[in-house]
Amino acid sequence: MAIYQEYIMASTLDEAYALNQKKSAVIVAGNMWLRMCKMRKKTAIDLSALGLDKIEEREDAFVIGAMTTLRQLEKSEALNGAFGGVFEKALSPIVGTQFRNTATVGGSVYSRFGFSDVSTVLLAMGASMVLHKRGEVPLEVFQQEKPDRDILTHVVIPKGQRAGVASVRMSETDIPALVCAAAVRDGKMNIAVGARPARAVLAAKGVSPDLTAAELGEIAQNVMYGGNMRAGKAYRERVAPVLMARAAAACREV
Amino acid sequence: MMTVDFTLNGKRVSAMVEADDSLYKMLRGLGISSVKCGCETTNCGLCTVHMDGKAVLSCSVPAPRAAGHDIWTLEGMGRLAKALGDCLADEGAEQCGFCAPGLMMNVLALAKENPNATDEEADAYLAGNLCRCSGYMSQRRAVRRFLDGVVSGEWEKEEVQA
Repeated sequence: MAIYQEYIMASTLDEAYALNQKKSAVIVAGNMWLRMCKMRKKTAIDLSALGLDKIEEREDAFVIGAMTTLRQLEKSEALNGAFGGVFEKALSPIVGTQFRNTATVGGSVYSRFGFSDVSTVLLAMGASMVLHKRGEVPLEVFQQEKPDRDILTHVVIPKGQRAGVASVRMSETDIPALVCAAAVRDGKMNIAVGARPARAVLAAKGVSPDLTAAELGEIAQNVMYGGNMRAGKAYRERVAPVLMARAAAACREV
Repeated sequence: MMTVDFTLNGKRVSAMVEADDSLYKMLRGLGISSVKCGCETTNCGLCTVHMDGKAVLSCSVPAPRAAGHDIWTLEGMGRLAKALGDCLADEGAEQCGFCAPGLMMNVLALAKENPNATDEEADAYLAGNLCRCSGYMSQRRAVRRFLDGVVSGEWEKEEVQA
């Protein structure tokens, strides 16, 4: 379990950032996975008093606070209305209502969990991360980086796109064995693959939304898969083009 | 050690906690015995309480985060919890009973959020409450009966709280 000497409720982002510059500090978001980590830290930094739990709608994008819960995303009429219910479809299988009432989008995305349904969908949608010091960074870039001592404050999702998601799980509320998301914007489609089981990656960027099964198969083949207790490498390789096709079809249905 | 001031079942309370204590541990320390710890991996739903009106897993909420917040446990849920308990007992939905408080807290959250939930919606809402002995079908009948009673006013709907 995670052991802390002190717990600080940050009152400003600058304070949280300053505290987080020491390796002996850790940011506490939803605390769903962090609490299960074996670690000793001097300082736990809580961001929950900073008002980062809002979903704001701008003219060209939605801006989601890092402490927004998965349940807020799942139930947001504005988000689901704009993107054809993709967040409800992607997030409702995650564990249970109580879990999603506590887990945060920032915790899931910042930690770059390989099994993250959220990261996979956001990656396909061309989302960007707003970091306190570095500013806005595309998730596609962010996903490839090592965690640093910066603080994720918001996630920005461009409007004007349709998105779809498809996944397979060993049981209904389990972590995905594989998840694919697709998003179409300005007539171009992005496809992301998560739970490979490594970090989610963008498998295709700016391709035609009307790809054939053979073309999707080719895209799926270019993604690296692995095996773990939920599925083998060969299984993922076989399932990926099917899920890609379903996610792409879901975009067309929206 | 640090002091956490919050509202528990409608009353202001203070608790001394360690920096890494969970809300679950703090509540148990305050004598709240309905809150159980089952899996400790955020999966089973046994430790469910209401925080500012939302069902959360108390094993995962840091105790210091409860400061200034409104926490409700089964002990504070009044006649509506009794009605739900009766439904569970009448339908034989309780064997060992260990999961019942967590299930009941989540059903009460569902009753507040969507009292007209269909069986499928209720199943989805309650998917995070695991039970090793009921087989779920009897729980399903009990939840249906309870929600129908909430909608008809049989359990006095105004008592759905938190």
